[in-house]
Amino acid sequence: MANVVTKPVVHEDDLLIEEYGYDDHFHEHHHGDKYQSNFITTYIFSQDHKMIAKQFLITGMFWAIIGAAMSLIFRLQLGFPEENMAWIKPLLGKWITVNDAGVGSLAPEFYYALVTMHGTILVFFVLTAGLSGTFSNLLIPLQVGARDMASPFLNMLSYWFFFLSGTIMFLSLFLNTGPFAGGWTAYPPLSALPQASSGSGAGMTLWLVSLVFFVVSVLLGGINYITTVLNLRTKGMTMWRMPLTIWAFFVTAILGLLSFPVLVSAFLLVMFDRGLGTSFFLSEIFIGGQALDHVGGSPVLYQHLFWFLGHPEVYIIILPAMGLVSEVLSVHARKPIFGYKAMVYSILAIGFLSFIVWAHHMFMSGVNPFISNFFVIFTLIIAVPSAVKVFNWIATLYGGNIRFTAASLYAIGFVSMFISGGLTGIFLGNSAIDIQLHDTYFVVAHFHIVMGVAAFFGMFAGIYHWYPKMFGRFMNETLGKIHFWGTIIGAYAVFWPMHYLGMAGVPRRYYRFDSFAAFGQFDAMNQFITIAAIVTFGFQLLFVINFFYSIWKGKKMTSRNPWGATTLEWTTPINAGHGNWPGKLPTVQRWAYDYGKDGQEFIPQIQPLGKDEKESH
Amino acid sequence: MTALLATICLILIAIIVVQIGKVTELASKIRGEQEVQDQSNQRHGNYSLLFMVLFLVATVASALYYKDSMLWYGPNESASEHGSSLDYMFDITLFFTGIVFIITQILLFYFAWKYRGQTGQKALFMPHDNRLEVVWTVIPAVVMTFLVVGGLDAWNEVMADVDPGEEVIEIEGTGYQFAWHLRYPGPDGKLGARDYKMISGANPLGQVWTDPKNVDDFHPSEIYLPVGKKVRVRITARDVLHNFYLPHFRVKMDAVPGMPTYFVFTPKTTTEEYRQKLGALDVNGEPKYPEWHEPVDPSDPESPKRYEAFDYELACAELCGKGHYAMRRVVKIVSEGEYEDWLSKQQSYYMSTIRGTEDDPNKDILFESEILERRQEFNDELEKALSAQEAAAKTLALTNVNFEANSADLTKLSAYQLDDLADALNKYPNMAIELSGHTDNTGEPEFNQQLSEQRAQKVKSYLVDKGISESRLTALGFGSTRPVASNDTEDGRQQNRRTEFRITAQ
Repeated sequence: MANVVTKPVVHEDDLLIEEYGYDDHFHEHHHGDKYQSNFITTYIFSQDHKMIAKQFLITGMFWAIIGAAMSLIFRLQLGFPEENMAWIKPLLGKWITVNDAGVGSLAPEFYYALVTMHGTILVFFVLTAGLSGTFSNLLIPLQVGARDMASPFLNMLSYWFFFLSGTIMFLSLFLNTGPFAGGWTAYPPLSALPQASSGSGAGMTLWLVSLVFFVVSVLLGGINYITTVLNLRTKGMTMWRMPLTIWAFFVTAILGLLSFPVLVSAFLLVMFDRGLGTSFFLSEIFIGGQALDHVGGSPVLYQHLFWFLGHPEVYIIILPAMGLVSEVLSVHARKPIFGYKAMVYSILAIGFLSFIVWAHHMFMSGVNPFISNFFVIFTLIIAVPSAVKVFNWIATLYGGNIRFTAASLYAIGFVSMFISGGLTGIFLGNSAIDIQLHDTYFVVAHFHIVMGVAAFFGMFAGIYHWYPKMFGRFMNETLGKIHFWGTIIGAYAVFWPMHYLGMAGVPRRYYRFDSFAAFGQFDAMNQFITIAAIVTFGFQLLFVINFFYSIWKGKKMTSRNPWGATTLEWTTPINAGHGNWPGKLPTVQRWAYDYGKDGQEFIPQIQPLGKDEKESH
Repeated sequence: MTALLATICLILIAIIVVQIGKVTELASKIRGEQEVQDQSNQRHGNYSLLFMVLFLVATVASALYYKDSMLWYGPNESASEHGSSLDYMFDITLFFTGIVFIITQILLFYFAWKYRGQTGQKALFMPHDNRLEVVWTVIPAVVMTFLVVGGLDAWNEVMADVDPGEEVIEIEGTGYQFAWHLRYPGPDGKLGARDYKMISGANPLGQVWTDPKNVDDFHPSEIYLPVGKKVRVRITARDVLHNFYLPHFRVKMDAVPGMPTYFVFTPKTTTEEYRQKLGALDVNGEPKYPEWHEPVDPSDPESPKRYEAFDYELACAELCGKGHYAMRRVVKIVSEGEYEDWLSKQQSYYMSTIRGTEDDPNKDILFESEILERRQEFNDELEKALSAQEAAAKTLALTNVNFEANSADLTKLSAYQLDDLADALNKYPNMAIELSGHTDNTGEPEFNQQLSEQRAQKVKSYLVDKGISESRLTALGFGSTRPVASNDTEDGRQQNRRTEFRITAQ
């Protein structure tokens, strides 16, 4: 809650900016017409980074609800395979088959379509676009002291390509043959041959087209983020004075720029195999009573290309969350982030290593076992910078004066999730152990905790923390805290038991478990997980209601800097227009984490160093 | 109606939620934000501590509760030799990560509670400490090195292919939508060549029947393996990716179309031994793992207990389409003797299904085994005829001596039986025979008569060429005058077209 700031800081900031700021003659030009003159340019085809951030966020929330709802349907199938599902027939239509006794059951094809769409939507639309798109857009210009992105127009296109991509994916849900159902990784030949699965026909075509547009969106955004960070930092904002959020978004954008094009190349080759009769990924296939002509291709090649994106992708998801959490923890603990430089080096190390570990997803896919040696080594090295980050977060709490808000709770929850999920990665990254655990529920538990739930926690921390910046109002704190406790308990209840399933050998992506004696002995656990998932989903509705209610009815912001933060975004007016600062651009005089220094609760970045004061790092 | 009710419920919940929010905001206005924040810090600090305790207790307790269902522990130790090294790596990793997990979770939530904010309290200014950074960089690095070395050591040993010349049982598993097709090499110990273009209903694996290694390969419906023998599984896929997964043996490898993969393992626990482990009793005579003593069918207490019905299973662990979840095969590990027994009962797929059909490209050759089998059969019958008393039993049909249609030219394969006959005549120097040719009743009787004489003559001259004295051989033709079966059916006519010999002296 806004309890810290009682002095009229507002004026102080303006005075500092007026005195030390840089006059870029921004407001002598007439941007108004171009940017915010009517409803369409303000709310729809907006080129203002703050509005685009909101567009990304709300679109991401839309997809999160759809993706999570899908998971509930397939969780019902896994927890209660015998239960009557006829009640959901109005929604799912022919995918629910009702037998003579009136008992409806989910069609296996559609179960796999749900699993596939859940993965695709959550990974790309929610945790890439919704997370990185929202906060990179909102915070990069605000925190580096820029009027907007380097290219507001490309930035607008970035959102609308994402929108187009989402629209195409959404349409694919209504195809007669169903959406793509071959897993979010879309391995050929299953994805390349329409006769291999009903979803591999039109569903796969739309999936491919949608994701190619998505990559366009990521690249347009990424180029902007990188350019803005490199070129539009305000005077005094050296790289070593950037908040960790900016470092995280910056490295994330570089990862995306280097890895997503490889994914597109894989997609193009799949399209060629599907439509032009090439054999990049196909060889010696007999399917549907017919021997195909394709020879000489390799499905393993696709996996290399896919995971060359796929692994950096998980860091594209988690790095922004790490950045947000670092910032939120520091602000609410009223302490500098511990080991700022070590944090930056860790981000860089993780970013670099993420490019040379991809084949750890492929230990059991038939690649030469010798090659795996290198990938094991690099994979486990990632544990070191990750551990450094965790220890630094914990050390940031040490000796703090922690203000418990929904945001800071989610930041703490993030660290807990990241520990739990990160440690299981040490099992999976070790190829010897992966022989047994590969493609079991242990993997499902691992990545959901470490990059699913943890990334969501980072996102929630960011939303609760920067909501006032976005909408000029607060979200309700009590509801936020209920949301937090419900979600952390619920998420652990859902995903923790999956470790045990995996350790018992239960494979993932099974429509039901009772075909095997070895996998069919965990009915009670599966029911528990399903119920926990439903309850946890219920808590998310609390968030959605809180979010939309607060846009119009939330408590109004009365001061500019409610959390007492040092960074530049809190020096703008409460409802900043285009260009962010009404007058001069602020200049930066110190690093971003002067909390509790020299007896002062916090010193904004725009405040010059005092006499004899040494800059901290 | 239900939808309406559900919508109303949702709206009501939303209103309640909004009201809760409003009330708390109102309260904070009345009591002052500062005070509310302090109270909230106190409360959520306590919750943090409570959560930490409950969370850690729940994780440890649930792990202990499920311990015996997990592989690695209780009765579920690896059933293969290499598996123990993997299980060991898991345990070591669990040990280190377990320590880190507990310490970091405790510190995280303990600090959250301990340093909960209070008005007037000051936070420490502690931006960094290089010594600490070095400590918590080096310690994880050392632990990781240890795990990497151990892991790679195990990995490279497990994944090594067999050495050339090493004694190994090679079997093959082929995944297709949606089942596994199994193939054993048969007595020659070698799997025959395959060509996916030759796949058909009758030839599910596309075996190349001109490759002699394929002749004895058989396709069982279960995997049978002897305990303690090294096995190399050749893993292939026919359509999309699959994964050959034997959970109890720690075996897992993708099946890739166009690129055979392999996994080498040595079973060390027989199915029977594993069942006994599951059904073991403790010192008090109580079941050690009671869940395994429940009946397989819960509604029928008389059905076998779960441990008695236990079987190793082969599953698919790579998404391959809508039937992915049900690609089950049973795996049985048995003693060497039982294995040999089982092997001897298996029938070559080629011999039982392909031989002599349209798909058989080897119609004009005989395999060594067939030659031996036919020779054995001929000799047995000859011995029987020689020792027989009554005259009728002295006549034998040369069932494998055939002629081209309407011609007296011997088919290529007739030589084998004629050679056997020549050998018999050499073996019994006193034996004399009367060769007779017969036809069915189609065609002109004169032509048939002539043809049957020519055919008998042809056989005679073949034997003479082999060095049998002409004086021991007579050749007669009977046309269609002596049918042995009805000429109304093709089958009968076939039996009537024959060459016989009668032993006239011995």
